[in-house]
Amino acid sequence: MAKYSIFSLVLNSLTRHRHWRPAWRKAEPRPEYDVVVVGGGGHGLATAYYLAKEHGITDVAVLEKGWIGSGNVGRNTTLVRSNYMLDQTVPFYESSLKRWEGLSHELNYNVMFSSRGVLNLAHAPSQLDVFTRRANSMMLNGVDAEMLDTDGVTRLVPNLDTSPGARFPVVGGLLQRRGGTARHDAVAWGYARAADRQGVDIVENCEIEGFLREGDRITGVVTRRGEIRARKVAVAVAGSTSQVMALAGIEKLPIESHVLQAFVSEGLKPALDTVVTFGAGHLYISQSDKGGLVFGGDLDGYNSYAQRGNLPVVEDVVSAAVAMFPCFSRVRLLRHWGGLMDMSMDGQPIITKGPLDGLYLNCGWCYEGFKATPASGWTFAWTIARDEPHALNAPFRLDRFRNGYALDEKGRGPYPGHH
Amino acid sequence: MRILCPCCGERDAREFTYCGDASRVMPALDAEADAWAAYVWGRKNPRGPHEEYWQHAHGCRHWLRVTRNTETHEILSVLLEGPWRARHEAKDPR
Ligand SMILES: Cc1cc2nc3c(=O)[nH]c(=O)nc-3n(C[C@H](O)[C@H](O)[C@H](O)COP(=O)(O)OP(=O)(O)OC[C@H]3O[C@@H](n4cnc5c(N)ncnc54)[C@H](O)[C@@H]3O)c2cc1C
Ligand SMILES: [Zn+2]
Repeated sequence: MAKYSIFSLVLNSLTRHRHWRPAWRKAEPRPEYDVVVVGGGGHGLATAYYLAKEHGITDVAVLEKGWIGSGNVGRNTTLVRSNYMLDQTVPFYESSLKRWEGLSHELNYNVMFSSRGVLNLAHAPSQLDVFTRRANSMMLNGVDAEMLDTDGVTRLVPNLDTSPGARFPVVGGLLQRRGGTARHDAVAWGYARAADRQGVDIVENCEIEGFLREGDRITGVVTRRGEIRARKVAVAVAGSTSQVMALAGIEKLPIESHVLQAFVSEGLKPALDTVVTFGAGHLYISQSDKGGLVFGGDLDGYNSYAQRGNLPVVEDVVSAAVAMFPCFSRVRLLRHWGGLMDMSMDGQPIITKGPLDGLYLNCGWCYEGFKATPASGWTFAWTIARDEPHALNAPFRLDRFRNGYALDEKGRGPYPGHH
Repeated sequence: MRILCPCCGERDAREFTYCGDASRVMPALDAEADAWAAYVWGRKNPRGPHEEYWQHAHGCRHWLRVTRNTETHEILSVLLEGPWRARHEAKDPR
């Protein structure tokens, strides 16, 4: 597969773009691999790429039920940031953000990462105190954070209603300038292509329907396209985690599946050049390079596998958007859709060896999974290759719940729908 | 989505507050830590019929035990929770 460069672009334009090759091979599954990765979302693909690139394990297959990009990796609102608070979470997301900064070069694929800043609005002095605490914690971990007052917010986002008459007046905000957005499809395609170039087989339309086992050890998978044996099986199936793990006999996990919706408006001229999140309810909004406003808010509120959203949330999210930006009130909504979120009990992921021999588990991504894609793939590959966690993912163990080490940033308790 | 409250009739889901998985059973107070951990953190998270609590917060405020299909949102049954349950043993909601 040729490298993309200015020369390949010129050459192909001279031949009227008739000779571009598909970005990855349509691989047929072989009967045996070193590592089988179940789930061809961002995390599965990144894991396969780093297994090959960092650990020299190239006898790898990624088995995807549908097509590459059909899951949450192609459904999210593309926010990337590392404005977390705990000493366990900040370093992990910051390592991810650092990888984002070089990702287009690393993958030889333009993922359109744009550090346009992520601004969290505060609507009460006590909320500003909470943000200040978070900013301090970020800075202690070597991450950039800035506190803004109302004037600072107005200068940064002139279209935002920061007047005292706003429904929820803005008293300030927490800004992470290095945060921003990336193009979600490009991340899936970029990792798929980069993994394929390292020799990884990417097999689409290949749903897992069972596991092969010898005693308590997992030795492969049963797929729609036959049995595949593997020394190691790594599961990264996001919203389908409970179903896939039940096939391995794991009946209960600290996970619930919920639907989260995303919304895109008609295209507008540039009106918003940063990411803004609402503090009085739940809303995050940015403008894509194509001009559409991309936004989202709360989960639908109950366990769901529907992959489509309910109307009360549409109303809720849109009214929050209009309260923040009255100037958008007549913009028309173009599309909205839902994705299956693997909500964990403390809002943080699980990246671990086990729970059975030969099995490795990556799940519990909640709202955080897109920004985490590079770090998740990198640490999961490390864990698979070395049979032990890297320091960055060591806190994200499965037994942390049982042992009292939950990583609940906001102290919300074991209610997955609330994280 | 609408839920047929045995007390108030069929109402928009917006009137109700979701209160989570109702299939879990609290262990005895002196049970082992593992039993408590499984109760607090473990979820079956089924794709299909799911037993769950809803409270009719903007209505009669009863707690309801609802069986709903998590894939289609079809409501399969609604029962009152608490001492009223026996008296109101629900009819088929459809
Ligand atoms: C609306 C929405 C907005 C979001 N916004 C953000 C955001 O702004 N920032 C952020 O960081 N995160 C966000 N997220 C979260 C993020 O998108 C996810 O956490 C992340 O994409 C999950 O990892 P993944 O890419 O590997 O998942 P997916 O892309 O869902 O990959 C899982 C794959 O597993 C496959 N699969 C399932 N079952 C099987 C099986 N039996 N056999 C084979 N394959 C199977 C699925 O088909 C799927 O392709 C958002 C999510 C949604 C839904
Ligand atoms: Zn009622």
